[in-house]
Amino acid sequence: MKGLYATAVLRKFALLCHAKGRIFYEFTSKFTMIENYEAIIGLEVHAQLLTATKAFCRCSTSYSLSPNAHTCPVCLGLPGALPVLNSKVVDYAVKMGLATHCSIREYSVFSRKNYFYADLPKGYQISQYEDPICHHGYIDIEVGEESATKRIGITRIHMEEDSGKSIHDVDIDTLVDLNRSGVPLIEIVSGPDMRTAREAYQYLNQIRQIVMYLGICDGNLEEGSLRCDANISVRKKGATEFGTKIEIKNLNSFRNVEKAIEYEIKRQVEAVESGQILMQETRMWDAGTHQTKSMRSKEFAHDYRYFPEPDLAGVSVSEAMIAQIRQSMPELPLARKQRFVSEYGLPWYDAGILTETQSLGTYFEQCCQSLGEQTKERYKLVSNWIMTEVLRYLSEKGIGIEQFPVSPSHIAELVELFAAELISSKIAKDIFPDVIGGESPKSVVERKGLLQISDESIILAVVEKILAEQFENVAKYREGKKNLFGHFVSSTLKELGGKANPRIVTKLLQERLQ
Amino acid sequence: MENTQQIVERVAELSRLSFSEHEKNIFEVQFGKILHYIQTIENYDLAAVEPLTHIVTNQSSQRDDVPAECLTVDEALANAPKRNETFFKVPKVLQK
Ligand SMILES: [Zn+2]
Repeated sequence: MKGLYATAVLRKFALLCHAKGRIFYEFTSKFTMIENYEAIIGLEVHAQLLTATKAFCRCSTSYSLSPNAHTCPVCLGLPGALPVLNSKVVDYAVKMGLATHCSIREYSVFSRKNYFYADLPKGYQISQYEDPICHHGYIDIEVGEESATKRIGITRIHMEEDSGKSIHDVDIDTLVDLNRSGVPLIEIVSGPDMRTAREAYQYLNQIRQIVMYLGICDGNLEEGSLRCDANISVRKKGATEFGTKIEIKNLNSFRNVEKAIEYEIKRQVEAVESGQILMQETRMWDAGTHQTKSMRSKEFAHDYRYFPEPDLAGVSVSEAMIAQIRQSMPELPLARKQRFVSEYGLPWYDAGILTETQSLGTYFEQCCQSLGEQTKERYKLVSNWIMTEVLRYLSEKGIGIEQFPVSPSHIAELVELFAAELISSKIAKDIFPDVIGGESPKSVVERKGLLQISDESIILAVVEKILAEQFENVAKYREGKKNLFGHFVSSTLKELGGKANPRIVTKLLQERLQ
Repeated sequence: MENTQQIVERVAELSRLSFSEHEKNIFEVQFGKILHYIQTIENYDLAAVEPLTHIVTNQSSQRDDVPAECLTVDEALANAPKRNETFFKVPKVLQK
């Protein structure tokens, strides 16, 4: 509705401007054109699993400076070597399936996906084709303002192995490193349920948070532990048939996902509007030129000739195993965010920041549990303190909350000191370095004599002294120079060494100056 | 339906292999025999038979996620026709 209204307004305005030139009109008509279409977007996300060993051999998955240091006959594809499945890969795939409300298949098989490339030594990738281990689930993503959500289908999740790495730009020939060959992945395929680049971004963000909460993937897009391809088509609004599906690869950052999809939707709408017939193809996002470019169309590209992997028997997942994994599942990010809003009364924004990683949310909850007085006002103060001072410290030091040296009980103590007006929030910030050093907030305050002065008789004596000294200013104030009030406040606070309760100083000054 | 010669050529292309006409003729005969055998099976009514993916019916054995010794880099590269430092070196992969 909003969009339609905006279009109508723009169109009217454009007509008025018509005499002034055509540029604006063209802009508007393009805008109208896009508005008449809707995009159908589905994402395929590959997540590298955080196992200690590869999927089918016992080579380490840890990072190695030296190429080809973590290989064996299995992941080198030497003749006669036989794969043996790492049980953790199944565990992690089921975990992700349960987190995304999928049905878990009691029996599934691996297949060979055949293609020839230098970094795929066996000539096939062990993957799952028909009947993947998890299927038909969904996740909810955040859309628009506040707590609105939209349900996105998960078509399937399957287990597979990674290829090696080809390097094309170091030598005149191609160089191959097989350290990554055989590292376990899960591929998560969404339904064609997203309509905007923003929704795709939110979907990817939600998937990333879920795999990180589950501890099955580190979620790093830039380093490729999470990889995203998008399938995009456009159609006139109201149409029921899908347009030609185009695949976009190389979306290796969140910003690229959104930009590339936006670009591609616009490109497709313009092509369709100008009467072109779109061909099914794979395009590559070029982050340098901000365009998608056609990859050399390979006529036989999708002829993988899948067949069941004869070297591996099927994978069974028992009810008991599912029940056991279900029990080990953590609370998931969106549910936790919603709970932080309902249980602690936090704004949606705060809850989002605090649940961005699992450990930060846990830290917040530990702080709250340490509070003497359990009220929503205090929870909000804890949230404020974490979102400003704590997060600032973490980003300055480039560390995570796990390495943060202050215990949750000390944060709670600090919050209670200024909530009870025993110290000002300025003093609270001033003593923070000592608290980071390990000292308890109470002890710092006592040692440095920083307890806030809230005793009215002490403050009143100083207020009277200040007003007497500054009698000329007081006269000016009474004549109408009301902005001198701030000056009286700061003089009083200064006289009391910054320890006076500003609320009481203000109150007493107002009374005296009336 | 493709004829046997087309199938041989297609599989060769997918495998990035090239064959002489003489070799293709040999493969054509061999492929033909295999395809004929499959054809024979397809003549039976198998609608009621569950597809069999593996001869063993029990599930595959799995192992714990515990690392073991890998090959040394030199062992891994022992059969490489060419190497650069500790990389395998292969003919330039065609890029656009
Ligand atoms: Zn290996």
